[in-house]
Amino acid sequence: MTAATIPRVHPLRDSVTMLRRNLKRMLRYPSMTVMLVGMPVVFLLLFVYVFGGTLGAGLGGGGGRAEYANYVTPAIILMTVMSAVQGTAISIAMDMTEGIITRFRTMHIARVSVLTGHVLGSVLQGLFAVAIVIGVALLVGFRPEAGPLGWLATTGFLAFMTFAFVWLCVALGLKSKTVETASNAPMPLILLPFLGSGFVPTESMPAGLRWFAEHQPFTPIIETLRGLLMNEPIGGHVWIATAWCAAIALGGYLWSKRLYNRQS
Amino acid sequence: MAISVSGLRKSFGDQVVLDGLDLTVPSGTVFALLGANGAGKTTTVKILSTLLAADAGDVRVAGHDVAREPDAVRAAIGVTGQFSAVDKLLTGAENLRLMADLHGLSRRDGRRRTAELLDVFGLTDAAGKPASTYSGGMLRRLDLAMTLVGSPRVIFLDEPTTGLDPRSRRDMWQIVRDLVAGGVTILLTTQYLEEADELADRIAVLDHGRIVAEGTADELKRRIPGGHVRLRFADTQGVDTALGLLDDAARDNDALALRVPSDGSLTALKTLIDRLDERAVAVDELSVHTPDLDDVFLALTGRPAEEKVTSR
Ligand SMILES: Nc1ncnc2c1ncn2[C@@H]1O[C@H](COP(=O)(O)OP(=O)(O)OP(=O)(O)O)[C@@H](O)[C@H]1O
Ligand SMILES: [Mg+2]
Repeated sequence: MTAATIPRVHPLRDSVTMLRRNLKRMLRYPSMTVMLVGMPVVFLLLFVYVFGGTLGAGLGGGGGRAEYANYVTPAIILMTVMSAVQGTAISIAMDMTEGIITRFRTMHIARVSVLTGHVLGSVLQGLFAVAIVIGVALLVGFRPEAGPLGWLATTGFLAFMTFAFVWLCVALGLKSKTVETASNAPMPLILLPFLGSGFVPTESMPAGLRWFAEHQPFTPIIETLRGLLMNEPIGGHVWIATAWCAAIALGGYLWSKRLYNRQS
Repeated sequence: MAISVSGLRKSFGDQVVLDGLDLTVPSGTVFALLGANGAGKTTTVKILSTLLAADAGDVRVAGHDVAREPDAVRAAIGVTGQFSAVDKLLTGAENLRLMADLHGLSRRDGRRRTAELLDVFGLTDAAGKPASTYSGGMLRRLDLAMTLVGSPRVIFLDEPTTGLDPRSRRDMWQIVRDLVAGGVTILLTTQYLEEADELADRIAVLDHGRIVAEGTADELKRRIPGGHVRLRFADTQGVDTALGLLDDAARDNDALALRVPSDGSLTALKTLIDRLDERAVAVDELSVHTPDLDDVFLALTGRPAEEKVTSR
């Protein structure tokens, strides 16, 4: 028998098939999506209504709570994405314990499609969660200045950033032996926005912490979002943020692929 | 040859699980790998289905080397593993359509094939229910149906009927026979001697990672001591009298029973009964035993067919 008799694999077709599978699973198990959206919404309400008055006064613009709603929403959006990708790690870890993954491994399909199906599903789920969170933010006083082009750029940037962190979390999910570890492993991603310019300006932090805050990836990401949404100049942040995301996406992808091919 | 394996070895750490396995399965036949818990059945199936790499040995499935051309092997095989491999959150029909999509069937062909398989496997009524609500037997059938969507030429079934009730087991056997009639090659593993006897053209007895015997059911039966008649007496006196009368009789586990070697023919039985009658020995119970695979297993592995290894 010659190699010509082996049918071709279709990575795109298989990925779309796997995406459909994952979307169906999300619909059957909506409590996960509810949890992903719920956490950032609670933080949004907490920061706007409980801390917003004081923190807003501290921003120095004299805008109080309303000014703070604008300041904090980009951080809450970032937190939503991180919450969504934490969900990715959990669902990957759960999925790997399912027998059907073993079946996929014995089939002549594009191997990576099992992962890309999850990635595409998670990006859609993440954008959906962000849309809801932005909706709630608008209700509690968020007043973005972005025009249509700004919103388009915001959507594109968010999709790319989510894509990057989803790949990282696919690897974390594959690496985890249990679903519990998988849900804990991405915790730093939820906490890091606090140690950046997400909730208060970095200038207000002590020297050492301030250095860290200004050099960690989430600060340029937040500044980019803030700039896009509030229609303010972004400067070099967008390139630093994009570079970070590209590096995280590539690293996450390669790591995931290695972990997936090694497991048996 | 649909499957040929020679010198297959596999260890986990310093535990040797497969210790030089050789087997060949001609196209269009059923081969049964018979073994107790931990014999290495699942490990063998995993290696043959490209899930696990062998440490040594040559393994060819459907004309392709599993190590060098795993994709070609995967394109030709279908696997129903020991543990269910269905998506529990999806319905039966959705699981089958997922397989159809992955095999590149058109929407229409996929629907047709799904309906067909649901019908063959008696799952049409449950087609719209999530697989998580299925019974063990239904899951097993769905599992096999999913394996068949791509019309594989070589099928691996790892303990296809473990945990099924007698009726579902017979249904599964019929499905296997129909598949073979359609020309596919099947390698199945089982702990049940009766199952191997019923289905397989050839049987290999696997024990501690080695094949201790291989052949047709009849060949294996011929390799062991012949049949016997088992006599059960009312009292020890009867046993003693009979022992004196029949010089090749041997005591059975039961204190009141004896085994007498016999081919089980009518003449032999009549002679035996006449001799006992002459001395008026009261026999409570008489049963004729032709050798079955239980005896084979016992004779070959030196251990009784333990726990789940029964012919029921
Ligand atoms: N991944 C693994 N790591 C370590 N040991 C393993 C692994 N897989 C199997 N084994 C060991 O290999 C031996 C054979 O296992 P295998 O699953 O092949 O047996 P089996 O014949 O399928 O048994 P059963 O009837 O219980 O399914 C067992 O002793 C098992 O503990
Ligand atoms: Mg097994």
